[in-house]
Amino acid sequence: MSEALNEQALARYRNDFLKEVEERVEEGEWVKMCMQCGVCAGSCPFGPHWQHSPQKIFMMIRAGKREEVLTSDSMWMCTSCYNCVVRCPRQLPITQIIHGLATYAHRLGLAPRDQPTRHFSRLFWKNCTRAGRVNELKLTLGLYFKDGLVSGIKKAWALRNIGLGMLLAKRLNPFELIRGHECSDKAGIQKMLKKAHELENRRRGFQE
Amino acid sequence: MTQAVATNQTILVVGGGISGVTAALEAAECGKDVVLVEKNPALGGRTTMLYRYFPKLCHPTCGLEINLRRIKANPRVRVLTMAEVTGIAGTRGDYTATIRIAPRYVNGNCTACGACAEAVETMVDDPFNYSLNRTKAAYLPHAMAYPLRYVLHPSIIGTPDAERAKAACKYSAIDLDMKEETIKLKAGAVIWATGWQPYDAAKIQPYGYDRFANVITSVEFERLADPRGPTGGAILRPSDGKQAKNVAFIQCAGSRDENHLRHCSRICCMASLKQTNYVRESYGEEAKSTIYYIDIRAIDRFEEFYAKVKSDPRVKFIKSKVARIAEDAKTKDVVLHGVDTEGYHRYANTHDLCVLAIGMEPSVPAERIPAEVIADSSGFIEATPEGSAIFGAGCATNALDVNRSVQSATAAALRAIQVINQVARAEA
Repeated sequence: MSEALNEQALARYRNDFLKEVEERVEEGEWVKMCMQCGVCAGSCPFGPHWQHSPQKIFMMIRAGKREEVLTSDSMWMCTSCYNCVVRCPRQLPITQIIHGLATYAHRLGLAPRDQPTRHFSRLFWKNCTRAGRVNELKLTLGLYFKDGLVSGIKKAWALRNIGLGMLLAKRLNPFELIRGHECSDKAGIQKMLKKAHELENRRRGFQE
Repeated sequence: MTQAVATNQTILVVGGGISGVTAALEAAECGKDVVLVEKNPALGGRTTMLYRYFPKLCHPTCGLEINLRRIKANPRVRVLTMAEVTGIAGTRGDYTATIRIAPRYVNGNCTACGACAEAVETMVDDPFNYSLNRTKAAYLPHAMAYPLRYVLHPSIIGTPDAERAKAACKYSAIDLDMKEETIKLKAGAVIWATGWQPYDAAKIQPYGYDRFANVITSVEFERLADPRGPTGGAILRPSDGKQAKNVAFIQCAGSRDENHLRHCSRICCMASLKQTNYVRESYGEEAKSTIYYIDIRAIDRFEEFYAKVKSDPRVKFIKSKVARIAEDAKTKDVVLHGVDTEGYHRYANTHDLCVLAIGMEPSVPAERIPAEVIADSSGFIEATPEGSAIFGAGCATNALDVNRSVQSATAAALRAIQVINQVARAEA
């Protein structure tokens, strides 16, 4: 599905990656407004730890470096602190664009496979949309066991005191593992999400 | 001077900076009667507060001297200082302006001998040096002040200091009973030339102008370089008086920023390029200037000046808008953080002093002008409404350098003269 989407996008936009971003990425139409002053890059608390700063990503989009942008793990490093948005002299919604790019890269299947934030996002989405409620126990365990059984048991063991404390404080219910609480109209929620997905596809020109 | 007679063939010029003075003189020298209203105690405005002009690096005193001489020689120009226009009523060819005149407490007998300043003990912030130093509460606004007359700071009125000043004056020039007065003047046309003010640098939070002693604005740096400034022309940093040999200039401080001023202030690039010369002249080969910029806008034909500064090995250019400034707690040096656009390198550079090339905003934003004008989104006057005779001049209309302000003022004078000629023909 995602490969087909990627093929379509390639055929449709050819070398015009900026146009692709403008039409298909949330708030993407703002990218061309960047004047490359560098305040976002300098203001980002994660700055030294990611490969491409927002400033660099925007320039890469304009330079048509599609592959490099969409496979970059930088968008997944954003912590949504909004420092860049507050300071941008052109008031670009930088955080939103960065998340938009991450989402788009994910849909096209180009986002880095083992990126932990991406993994968590998928886990969260699946967990949350299944029953219309987040099952925190399942979500946490899912994250612990992402690298296999042994490493999962080790992580759980290391945090056993916290878990026990939460159990005693009634912040953790072990029976959630069996069934868990659910939204009363589960089917309704899923129908709504399906509709939203369709609407987005239509608006962005995705064909599935 | 307050009993100025004016008719509807008079041109009222609001603001006595370089634009207002120019407009008043151009009109008066064409034979029109002019009333020039200035808020401060002396004419000249922000131009007098500059050390040197770009691109020739000459001193503003020179041009100022010529203009003041023209004013003194011309009986058609009447000057009201410490006066503010609070209202304008009427229509083209028939305006009535309300003018509030603040008391100076010194009358025309003053010979500027300075005896009152010696007698007074109270010190007040010196507005001429952007409050970088303090001056006596009886003071001459600056060395070339016109009118050449002392002023008493209102804070000492009613104190023994005021009496001391009065007693010290041999010419009965001090009149402590002066009151604020409001007068009304007729005018056929109005030239609005209230000029600019530096943007409030403390609002640019990441640069810490209000937190760090060694972050100053370009207008303050101009005073530091001036021999008549607070340091006698030595470029010393405020925290400890150490020689500032390694100076950083941050461009677009407040300008081109939707969070602050959305316009390009136009003069700041040239001002910083000019100011690197001050550092060079003071410290020779030991001088080090670094300009942080988005792009250098050496307007018009000044590209050559930029090229000259660029060829100086003691001036470095870094293409980057600085993200934030930190202070070294021990040395009080400033540390500039950011990422440069040419290569995306992260930097943390230490400097002795940081100068913010501060943006220009109109002193009186259009919505506070007591008359109808067409303004742009920054509050500058863009045009005169159809059928009106209120014309903007100088920095009230845009961010301009001295040269362009003078051009703009001459244009405004010509428009005003045309209105007066029409009025005169109608009345003849």
